[in-house]
Amino acid sequence: MSAGDDYDDRPSAVLVSGDQGGFAEWLHVRLVRARLGWAAPFVLWLVGRFSGKGMVIAIPYTFLFVFFLVPFLIVLKISFSETALAIPPYTDLVEILDDGFDYYLTFKLNLINYWTVLSEDTYVRAYLNSAKIAAISTALCLLIGFPMAYAMARASESIRPMLLMLVILPFWTSFLIRVYAWIVILKTEGGLLNTMLIALGIIPPDEPLRILSTEWAMYIGIVYSYLPFMVLPLYANLEKMDLSLLEAAADLGCRPTKAFWSITVPLAMPGVIAGCFLVFIPAVGEYVIPELMVGDNVRVIGRKLFTDFASERNWPLASAVSVILLAILVVPIVLFQRQQARLQEAGQ
Amino acid sequence: MNTATAARVPFEPWKDPQAKPYIRIVNVTKTFGDFVAVDNLSIDIYQREFFSLLGPSGCGKTTLLRMLAGFERPTSGRIELDGVDMSTVPPYERPVNMMFQSYALFPHMTVEENIAFGLRQDRVPKDERNARVEEMLGLVQLSKFAKRKPHQLSGGQRQRVALARSLVKKPKMLLLDEPLGALDKKLREQTQFELMNIQEQVGITFVIVTHDQEEAMTVSSRIAVMNHGRIAQVATPTEIYEFPNSRYVAEFIGDVNVFEGRLSEAAADHVRIAPVGGGGEIYVDRGTSAAQGATVWAAIRPEKIDVALTPPTDPSVNCIEGTVWDIGYLGNLTIYHVRLADGRKMTAAVANRTRLREQPITWDDTVYLTWAPDSAVVLVS
Ligand SMILES: Nc1ncnc2c1ncn2[C@@H]1O[C@H](COP(=O)(O)OP(=O)(O)O)[C@@H](O)[C@H]1O
Ligand SMILES: [Mg+2]
Repeated sequence: MSAGDDYDDRPSAVLVSGDQGGFAEWLHVRLVRARLGWAAPFVLWLVGRFSGKGMVIAIPYTFLFVFFLVPFLIVLKISFSETALAIPPYTDLVEILDDGFDYYLTFKLNLINYWTVLSEDTYVRAYLNSAKIAAISTALCLLIGFPMAYAMARASESIRPMLLMLVILPFWTSFLIRVYAWIVILKTEGGLLNTMLIALGIIPPDEPLRILSTEWAMYIGIVYSYLPFMVLPLYANLEKMDLSLLEAAADLGCRPTKAFWSITVPLAMPGVIAGCFLVFIPAVGEYVIPELMVGDNVRVIGRKLFTDFASERNWPLASAVSVILLAILVVPIVLFQRQQARLQEAGQ
Repeated sequence: MNTATAARVPFEPWKDPQAKPYIRIVNVTKTFGDFVAVDNLSIDIYQREFFSLLGPSGCGKTTLLRMLAGFERPTSGRIELDGVDMSTVPPYERPVNMMFQSYALFPHMTVEENIAFGLRQDRVPKDERNARVEEMLGLVQLSKFAKRKPHQLSGGQRQRVALARSLVKKPKMLLLDEPLGALDKKLREQTQFELMNIQEQVGITFVIVTHDQEEAMTVSSRIAVMNHGRIAQVATPTEIYEFPNSRYVAEFIGDVNVFEGRLSEAAADHVRIAPVGGGGEIYVDRGTSAAQGATVWAAIRPEKIDVALTPPTDPSVNCIEGTVWDIGYLGNLTIYHVRLADGRKMTAAVANRTRLREQPITWDDTVYLTWAPDSAVVLVS
């Protein structure tokens, strides 16, 4: 650019059409040549964003939008409506009324469902109970899962893939079938466990263990079902741990048990946290296991939601229950996300 | 480094028959299944030495070091430290610290906490602990980085944290496994001198593993050259370079020209060798253990060879004729690769003491390579 060149930095556009006139030429594509000027970085960003790499990112976002956000918005909408004897069994939020003279557009936001859920003792207790069950289950999963993952990660390299396979194997069978299998095992009359214990003479034949239909059965079911979600992230974490750190600790005078607590456990924390969230979050909304293993007398929010929805056909109330459940779970989910992001930053 | 204050007494305890070895490695063997990683190896190391284990990758250096640290048990043999048999002492009870090849810094602890870790294990009171950590941070010039985590440090800084962490407990012996392996060349050379300074200041016996011969030459009081789990030679850097005891050592340390020959005269103060390929005889002004008529090898370092376009007065002794095959100009040195009549190649390195030679040597010139009687070393194996 010469010194005399008076450079204009403003964006502008010129129409570039065919040089020769004529109809055919006129029909031809008109090219717009735009000088981007100071707008260039922005336009480049836009173009970059929505081409190539941007498109690749757009696919999962579209998926999440269509299958998660839209259904959630529908549930949110229903939670603000009222029940009605109709199909579907709730009122619309937006109605057009006609009083004979004029038309009115009304928009009704019904908050009574939320009020019901938050004020009625049964709901509050069900939420608390679900959280308690999820917390205890998470703790039990951690207690059992950590030694399992630790043993797997320290097993000889040749058998590790097999051990991993064994953890994943149950997923090949339907979840429901596995829960029913536990019923067969735990049944009081003729259950596998009781039959075995009686046969071994550990318990008298007339006093079988009553496990099914108690909270014990529920915890067994939940812990069994969610254990892989604890073991897998823990294993992934423990397996990639640099074992020379333990040698360094020993070299500096630290006994193996102490090194476990001061080196292995702190370094496993990301895995522990990931595993706990992966168990806790779905366990709060767990419905099937309490229903099958315990039955009517267990008060969990998942069950409450199901009865409101299916038996009572109170879709708006059920929707409010699930929106509040989600709101409660958003806290740990956000914490989880934060922690994952922090880990990424730390480059581990 | 202490400057010209006191007259320096040479530090050579291994020459003193009264001196007691501080670390004794006695007939130590280590096998992994059928594989012999360390083979019946014995070394004595003296207090305050900077002792190097040098050898190609896989020769068992790390294995030997790990046995000194206690991470591996010798299959047979004994390791004594300051008169105490260490064979059954676990690593966490040995008065020995190790600096790991990968540094093995605790990623969840700050620099300060990493260094304090060893002192905590010994329940050193807090005040003393802090003081010693601070002293170490000063020694390795990391005081400003005390609160950082290892992942926030550069490679060189991590290396210094690892050094501080292993020194803070004042071990009887510090083991260093390729401590400078991860650093680039410039930083390596600088750190070598820092390491020597620090060793002098703290007065701890250092045993260092390396596969870099220059590094070993620079830092060591003595070097053990290892080959397939055995010791090839233990000597000072100068001795190793000037008087290697085998072709393996001569060829491992620096460049060397080796001639096979027959010992035609073996006197107490000189030997004569008739090279296998024929040509002028090699005269060396030192005796050798080999008997007359034995097959021996004469090793001559390139920088001890002179290159000339005119033959010397007596071309029958310590002189070989050849043609220049390749020339490498390195600035300070010029390397001549010379092809001999029988096709073998010899290398000569000539210092460029003047800017331009009056009569430059170029490709395909016929040249005469000569050397002094004290330049060649007679090797019997
Ligand atoms: N735990 C082990 N199991 C089997 N072989 C090993 C083990 N540790 C070392 N080795 C073998 O012993 C040899 C020497 O290894 P190492 O001492 O690490 O060599 P260096 O440090 O000199 O490169 C290598 O061939 C290596 O494969
Ligand atoms: Mg090694």
